[in-house]
Amino acid sequence: MSYLEYTVKSAPTGLRKILFLNYPLLLLLAAVCGVGFTMLYSVAGGSFSPWAEPQIKRFLVGFAVMVGIAMVPIWFWRSISGAAYLGTILLLVLVEVMGSVGMGAQRWIDLGFMRLQPSELMKITLVMALAAYYDWLPTEKTSRPLWVLLPVILVLFPTALVLRQPDLGTSLLLLIGGAMVMFMAGVHWAYFAAVGGMAAGLVFAVFQSRGSTWQLLKDYQYRRIDTFLDPSSDPLGAGYHITQSKIALGSGGWTGRGFMQGTQSRLNFLPEKHTDFIFTTLAEEFGFIGGVSLLALYGLIIVFGLVAAVANKDRFSSLLTYGIISTFFLFYAVNMSMVMGMAPVVGVPLPLVSYGGSAMLVLMLAFGLIQSASVHRPR
Amino acid sequence: MRRAPTDVAETQKRFTRRALLLGGAQIGFMALLGLRMRHLQVDQADQYRLLAEENRINIRLIPPARGEIYDRNGVPVARNVQSYRITIVREDAGDIDSALTRLSSLVELDEDDVNRAVTEMKRSAPFLPVTIADRVSWDEMSRVAVNSPALPGITPEVGLSRTYPLAGDLAHVVGYVGPVSDYDLSKIENPDQLLRIPRFQIGKVGIEAKRETELRGKAGTKRVEVNAVGRVMRELDRREGEAGDDLQLTIDQRLQSYIQLRLGEESAAAVVMDCRNGDLLAVNSSPTFDPNLFVSGISVADYRSLTENKYRPLAAKSVQGTYPPGSTFKMVTALAALEAGLVSAEDTVYCPGHLEVANRRFHCWKRAGHGHMNLQTALRESCDVYFYEIALELGIDKISAMSSKLGLGERFDLPMSGVARGLNPTKDWKQSVRGASWVIGDTVNASIGQGFVLASPLQLAVMTARLASGLELMPRIVKSVNGVEQGIADSASLGLNENNLRHIRRAMFSVSNNRRGTAYGSRVIEDAYRMAGKTGTSQVRNISAAERAKGVFRNKDLPWERRDHALFVNFAPYDDPKIAVAVIVEHGGGGSTAAAPVARDITLQALYEGDPPLSAYPTKDRTRIEAQQKRIREMMPDRQGKRSGDRA
Repeated sequence: MSYLEYTVKSAPTGLRKILFLNYPLLLLLAAVCGVGFTMLYSVAGGSFSPWAEPQIKRFLVGFAVMVGIAMVPIWFWRSISGAAYLGTILLLVLVEVMGSVGMGAQRWIDLGFMRLQPSELMKITLVMALAAYYDWLPTEKTSRPLWVLLPVILVLFPTALVLRQPDLGTSLLLLIGGAMVMFMAGVHWAYFAAVGGMAAGLVFAVFQSRGSTWQLLKDYQYRRIDTFLDPSSDPLGAGYHITQSKIALGSGGWTGRGFMQGTQSRLNFLPEKHTDFIFTTLAEEFGFIGGVSLLALYGLIIVFGLVAAVANKDRFSSLLTYGIISTFFLFYAVNMSMVMGMAPVVGVPLPLVSYGGSAMLVLMLAFGLIQSASVHRPR
Repeated sequence: MRRAPTDVAETQKRFTRRALLLGGAQIGFMALLGLRMRHLQVDQADQYRLLAEENRINIRLIPPARGEIYDRNGVPVARNVQSYRITIVREDAGDIDSALTRLSSLVELDEDDVNRAVTEMKRSAPFLPVTIADRVSWDEMSRVAVNSPALPGITPEVGLSRTYPLAGDLAHVVGYVGPVSDYDLSKIENPDQLLRIPRFQIGKVGIEAKRETELRGKAGTKRVEVNAVGRVMRELDRREGEAGDDLQLTIDQRLQSYIQLRLGEESAAAVVMDCRNGDLLAVNSSPTFDPNLFVSGISVADYRSLTENKYRPLAAKSVQGTYPPGSTFKMVTALAALEAGLVSAEDTVYCPGHLEVANRRFHCWKRAGHGHMNLQTALRESCDVYFYEIALELGIDKISAMSSKLGLGERFDLPMSGVARGLNPTKDWKQSVRGASWVIGDTVNASIGQGFVLASPLQLAVMTARLASGLELMPRIVKSVNGVEQGIADSASLGLNENNLRHIRRAMFSVSNNRRGTAYGSRVIEDAYRMAGKTGTSQVRNISAAERAKGVFRNKDLPWERRDHALFVNFAPYDDPKIAVAVIVEHGGGGSTAAAPVARDITLQALYEGDPPLSAYPTKDRTRIEAQQKRIREMMPDRQGKRSGDRA
């Protein structure tokens, strides 16, 4: 069913839309954000500044944006998907040209009131573009090579741009997120098998290229891979992050050391304790129980998201919902793997918990789209 | 466009299928994350908790208070006083240069210190305090404290630093402390962690160095919580260290200070020993130096002036210096002969003024000769020929054995730097060290304490004390450690014939009290405190036959460093010996004129425990002595006054 087949009668209109919001998702989001505020309060040594307070303000703004987006019919969002995608690509090129340099990577545009990371926005607009594409594409053409090539380009182009920033973590998220949407759109599994094989070859090439003239990754990225593979090799240097992060996690034990009692984070042993490594603080202070609880919250978001995706009647809504949920999943899966020493440190924040304006706003925007699809679903 | 319903249904089904597949994979991955979390947080929790503890807890050393040193009456000799220093913390101070400019308007800053501090600041973490001025006065300290709002990052701090209230009086005994150097560390195996503290003070010389481990004490520790960059967040607990042991010396500070003043700027040494138990009451070397200069690091100019001084103020001559004992050695030869039964006290020897031995002429100091001499007159008038004669019969072996018995050639185990062994020559020694055979002339020379014989003032004092007591007295300088008396054991008898000793003592008595005695001029009138002594004048040059023919140069005509050493040893009171004294005045000339008067003053000062009445002195000396007493007395209270001011 396409959105054109919606009858105005079957979709809720006006303020009634409020009643049709996906409340379980809304509550879960608020709960996860609440965890985030608590942890930011804790790592600041029991203070709302400098992190918790701005984060709460952003959440409130983001929440309003989310509800606002949810009120706009999903077919409007479908119609601007292509433009949104192109606009984000433009922004990515823009940061490449004039973005300010921070942490060794050009990642944001200073808008004055906030720093916008186009790569964050890209995760959502890519999903939108892909969903719109497959909504437009007749189903029987889905697996034809030419019609597979086009979305592959849609995915690879921004991925390449983000990788140039360089932001390995986000580019991987774009790549995998895009692939997942394509898989859900029904592209033949043989393509994925082929790409998987090629990826293995690429990994091999990445390691082979090291030190040669055609080196594929930056030195610091290689070092991160090295320290991931053997963090103990340099516990005070490059392996410091992972080692300290594991110490923080491990010292949490079953129930943790108690709120604001985490020595690792409070004594600055933890790097980026308010951003990428915030999960370690949670796990240190609330232990295994705290960590698993957050994981459960995330899991419920996935479950409710999947249910919403399947429940959506049109292809765009389903794919968009699924794509956003997958991106969200990738976010925290990569972050948690990273802090638990299961993946290299790639610089992916913990969604809705880590301190950061772009990520928070973009995720709220994305969940707004899911809500919109949910609200405007024919009943 | 419209799609066929079957097509739509098929697509929908596939979507659901794939959603379930991927959703399942996602949930599976989350389970994996959960398991990993469980592994880290539950299975390995103990291990990581331990690592976290180690991470945040840093153990810092607390330097213990160094043990203090007192004299036998409890007068402080080496103390710890609060000292004020000014430290600067780079990260709080902002611009270092302007901070230093502001500080220098309040406190006098030493350029070297400032440069050192600036270098140190660049090296160390920005939050660590660096000392910019050490040992500042209370006034300067308060000025900084009052102006502290205008001096961010600059803090006055209180610490303990070593001080020697008596300045130079015990400098050679106690020594001094100084900042630990790389050289110090290289000498120590397994150095105490404390020594790793920059500028930690350790004993460098003297008792401070020799009893370092006791004085230093044990470091305390405090556990502090630090963050990843090492900044101290708070102190968790502290375990106080053990303060160093307090030492009490056998030295009598009052006597020691008196002697120091009495010796004045003369290059001299004096040792006073209790001849009942071996306690060293005074161990002086002159000129002296102020050990306080060394505590915070002596300036190059000051150090140079000390090392370039020909009177060698840094040397502890009383224990390090070895001199030919000259005639003070004659008791050894005489006693050896008596003990060997070679001579009796009454046997006489004719002194024509010289003795021919193996085609060499050995002169007596008195060219005209002494005539017939017996033991007492020979010692009294210090006739050389008498001792040449008996030595020829006695042989060096017996002389050397007696010399050893009396403590010469022995390195006494005193906690002072460079305690000398001296030299008690034997045939074997000459063969192995000089590679030559012992000749008879060597024995002749040794018999009057010339030639190869070398002894330190300490050894001479021990010798005299042993003669006076007949006991194998050992010198002792540390009386008690933390109030616990140190090794005072009854001294064994030397096993010498008491009769023979009495002859020697009587001869020594006549040296000081017989009109013909060499030290008669330095006698004591007070019967209860009469001295028994022996003068010594030891040559430091050979007198050639040509010079002897023309007439020997008198000492005052010679350059200082070629003049004779003046020595005097004595014990007193003669009837009931309490103290033994040895005095040497380097290149002072004759023992009777340069050393004996000093020894008498010291003896009376020790026996009277203060200034003796003038009646103890011969009438003709009284005016001079009175003036001298007055002069020294004036210097003593002045110094005391300064000290009491320091303590306040």
